[in-house]
Amino acid sequence: MFLILKERFRQGYNTSDFPLKEPILSDRFAGLPKIMGTCKDGCDICLELCPTDAIKKSGDAIDIDLGRCIFCDLCAKECPEHIIKFTSQYRLSSNNRNALFISKEVENIGFKLNKKIQKIFGRSLHLRQVSAGGCNACEADLNVLGTPTYDLNRFGINFTASPRHADGIIVTGPVSLNMKDALLETYNALSEPKIVIASGTCAISGGIFKNNDEVCCGLEDILPVDLYICGCPPHPYTALHAMLQLMGRI
Amino acid sequence: MSNAKILTSNPCWTTLEDVLALSESDFWQGIVENITYNDFRVLSLFCTPNETKFDIFCILGNDNTSLFKIFRHTLSSKKFQSHTETIPQIHLFEREIAEQFGITLDGAQWIKPVRFEQDFSLHVKKSSCGDMEYFQIDGDDIHEVGVGPVHAGIIEPGHFRFQCYGENVANLEISLGYQHRGIERAMIGAPYKQSLAQMEAVAGDTTIGHSLAHIQLLENMSNIKASQKAETIRALLLELERIANHVGDIGALAGDVGFITTASYCGKLRGDYLNLSAKITGSRFGRGGISFGGVGYDVDFTLASEITHEMEKLKPKTLGAINLFFRTPSVLERIENRGKLAYEDIINYGLTGMVAKSCSIQRDARKNYPFGYYNNISFDIATESSSDIFARAMLRKDEIIASFELANTMLIKIREMPNEKYHTAQKPKLPPNSLGVSIIEGWRGEIVHVAITDKNSKFSRYKIVDPSFKNWTALSLAMKNEQISDFPICNKSFNLSYCGFDL
Repeated sequence: MFLILKERFRQGYNTSDFPLKEPILSDRFAGLPKIMGTCKDGCDICLELCPTDAIKKSGDAIDIDLGRCIFCDLCAKECPEHIIKFTSQYRLSSNNRNALFISKEVENIGFKLNKKIQKIFGRSLHLRQVSAGGCNACEADLNVLGTPTYDLNRFGINFTASPRHADGIIVTGPVSLNMKDALLETYNALSEPKIVIASGTCAISGGIFKNNDEVCCGLEDILPVDLYICGCPPHPYTALHAMLQLMGRI
Repeated sequence: MSNAKILTSNPCWTTLEDVLALSESDFWQGIVENITYNDFRVLSLFCTPNETKFDIFCILGNDNTSLFKIFRHTLSSKKFQSHTETIPQIHLFEREIAEQFGITLDGAQWIKPVRFEQDFSLHVKKSSCGDMEYFQIDGDDIHEVGVGPVHAGIIEPGHFRFQCYGENVANLEISLGYQHRGIERAMIGAPYKQSLAQMEAVAGDTTIGHSLAHIQLLENMSNIKASQKAETIRALLLELERIANHVGDIGALAGDVGFITTASYCGKLRGDYLNLSAKITGSRFGRGGISFGGVGYDVDFTLASEITHEMEKLKPKTLGAINLFFRTPSVLERIENRGKLAYEDIINYGLTGMVAKSCSIQRDARKNYPFGYYNNISFDIATESSSDIFARAMLRKDEIIASFELANTMLIKIREMPNEKYHTAQKPKLPPNSLGVSIIEGWRGEIVHVAITDKNSKFSRYKIVDPSFKNWTALSLAMKNEQISDFPICNKSFNLSYCGFDL
């Protein structure tokens, strides 16, 4: 007991002040991209580099689909005109797939609060996590939300052990064909009303695996999604912010 | 047997012409002899289509002499004689070949699917995942417990089938494949623009390990050498990944025995180490850290000093939290003499990484097959001897301390080196009709990547062996005659990758 108390003293108090205070992220963290100009004629370096075809070009303007972007920042590094810049903005979530497109005109991800979800789940949200082909990076960074730093439980959010106890599922991974049935069974085991959260690029669009013949393109056409969390994998603060936003707590 | 192609360095490559195709009996005889008398073991065994026929390649490695031997045999028909009974360590490789190419194994009993994947050429799924006959025991007091694929925690999917006699596990059968994303098939015709990103996600917690194995292979085959500083930064990222995962694992073990103190501290500290990786690459898992020809992000003098300073602050906290775990009798009661593995089993089944090291076997690719930075340094492999859960936990502590030392030296060296310029993305120029091998010691164990190129210098086959591929067998063996209630902690002491196995 004495050793435990002594150790507690050394470790100190660890819980962050989020959401009252902004978290400190790495200087090199690649968050919300910003497009600051127009392309040079005939240049498509970024299109050729982008591993997930997240960049679309029309005329001399480009837009980035954050549902596909893996934030590798190759395009920003290689753009001869330097018109793409990844900012440190970690708030990368929306309830609308179409709001995930960033262009010169659209600088932020839109989010419309769903009053119904807020009313039912605003005070407490219990989620069942399903990994469907996820590489364990998304899973690990969701797991981390339970540690003292993020302390998910203080917001009334919990990960349950069974879908029967859950208000919704949070899915990671591009949905491998082998896991599709189990995912749908888990979803069907939830009682109404239920929500679906797609966490990570793979779950939103299939991400880097979308062309593989053993995966579906994420949750597209499989389940109705109430919340998209972008990132490969999403930073724990991105996920935490997203869930609080869904509950109408921020 | 002198018919095998011998390679001496890691990574290395050779033209396919130099690897003679042996007759079936010479092929197997050579493998058996080298394993039995010359201390070789199987690193990889796989099949690849060669025009209308099929080639089987076997890569053997010798831990003491760092030699690779490559055997090749061209199948005359779609079948060969199974050799699992003489060489148990190839049991999964054989099943994999049967599944991937529809090849019949003569004399093999009960060939089960490995990951329920499509046939490489036919592109049809034979059965849905998990749909197979399981080993069953009959009897009055026997009951069966099925777990998964969706587990209780935030964890990847897999199915476990226990045959229990009372509380004791008579047999555990592990059926995986739910995470299968077809990565090996997606590498045919590569390198593509998404290939490196896919390599980083073979197992997300081993991002550096797999991307380094891949890039090292590409560089070696393209005859490009990364600068000394780049190699040092790569090794630093690899050690940071090892520390972060080991710290997290000890925390998770503490959580599984209900010792929340260490579980909380280690969970938090793991995040701190991930944040150190993020300081270098911007990503907590080191995504984009390794790039062809160098590194994605430089570590300059200021950053190196900053990381050294952070690590000095974290070290006493980490060791404090871990020592608390090992000093608590109620914890030791749960982890000592549980989940033991026999030395013979580890040798016979060719188990690697922490499983081998926790049984006094010096099996560590950093030392056995040194690569990059590890060529120029000398260090000792940490080992434990009791080969139970305690040993695997203690080994993690030993490795954390060793990695601290290594990382510290690297940071000192990095501070003395000039700044590294970011390389603009260049494309690898691979030789045609060649075979390359690359090995990395990831935090779980050795990661083996083997690539074969076609006449257009594109990959015709890319074989990945994650340490989990070999080591899932260890969990099954360790659970024999243990109580089923000890399964979670036993499982956690291995902490194997589902997606690394499923690919």
